[in-house]
Amino acid sequence: MKNIKVLGTGCSKCKTTYNNVLEALKQLNMQAEVIKIEDIEEMMKYNVLTTPVLMIDEVVKVKGRVADIAEIKQFLIN
Amino acid sequence: MFNWLQYFADWLIYSILGVSAQSHLGESLDFFVFDTIKIAILLFVITTVMGIVNSYFPVEKVRNFLSRNKMYGLEYLFASTFGVITPFCSCSSVPLFIGFVKGGIPLGITFTYLITAPLVNEVAIAIFAGAFGFKVTALYVITGIVLGILGGFILGRMKLESHLSTWVQNIIANAQTEEELEGEKLTLVKRFPTILKEAFNIVKGVGIYIIIGIGIGAAMHGFLPTGFFEHYINKGQWYGVPLAVIMGVPMYSNAAGVIPVVQVLVAKGVPLGTAIAFMMGVVGLSLPEAMLLKKVMNMKLIAIYFSTIAFFMILSGYLFNIIL
Repeated sequence: MKNIKVLGTGCSKCKTTYNNVLEALKQLNMQAEVIKIEDIEEMMKYNVLTTPVLMIDEVVKVKGRVADIAEIKQFLIN
Repeated sequence: MFNWLQYFADWLIYSILGVSAQSHLGESLDFFVFDTIKIAILLFVITTVMGIVNSYFPVEKVRNFLSRNKMYGLEYLFASTFGVITPFCSCSSVPLFIGFVKGGIPLGITFTYLITAPLVNEVAIAIFAGAFGFKVTALYVITGIVLGILGGFILGRMKLESHLSTWVQNIIANAQTEEELEGEKLTLVKRFPTILKEAFNIVKGVGIYIIIGIGIGAAMHGFLPTGFFEHYINKGQWYGVPLAVIMGVPMYSNAAGVIPVVQVLVAKGVPLGTAIAFMMGVVGLSLPEAMLLKKVMNMKLIAIYFSTIAFFMILSGYLFNIIL
């Protein structure tokens, strides 16, 4: 099972990214562990500068912008 | 440059819809159509250009550059200029702040970046250009850069490290130059679809505020007489500029919508310097940002940070009122 992390301080862009992840999983009929990281100290362990960040299996896929559903589906299939 | 658009708006409203050019409604509708399309075009073009520049100077590169090079004060200029070209969202301010000090970048330079990044961003530039033309926009951008340099320099001199949260101070103590990043080596052609998509998303994201802002502006444009505000707000009143900056700070979320309204205020008699100071307050300082910064610094430092920047905004407002 894939591990998906959305890092963000709780702004609207971060929420959109999180919802897009859920929607992408639903459309693919896929199960994954989705974690939202909003605590800044926790976030800094990943050395991010811009939010939101989308990580799949500990690899940063998208940072500083909202990942759209089609894009996330691509990441999940590969 | 936008003459064709004025013809189009006139044709649409006066000929096709048949609203009289002499009526208040006609003037308002014409202004609304013209301004909305003009700002949408500018916004799209400028966000795309900024996106291209930014794809070559991502914020990680900026951080590493500033962290590695000591340039005898020039780094303030670089930090401020980088603040212009990198996109900024107030929710990124805290990770950015930590990321910078963690890379060993002095507090003053970090502040410089943090001041300029929201103050001079692509959305503000585009709407400013649409509302006031390129000369005033250039002046705004340069002022923003100078303000970032001065503000960061002074804050850096104040030795404020002790006002940072304990965990941030620990990070500074262990600061180190960041490792070189594995940059994506993509050609511009490959980057372009993502850049265009991002530009489109930005336009879409602020679109509703702009339309509301232009709507309010258009109504005032058509229905209020020229010079309407001159009576209430003029250059002679010393408190106009400070009041404008203070009023601007809580209005952050609607920055995109505020500028088109202010454009009309200026047309109806509000001094341009006062208006620019107001918009700097709106765009550059925000209460949500202050709340976020509470995680890395104490209230005293936030207050010092905000009042230093507000001071320079007020100063710029007076200056513009004198020279413009």
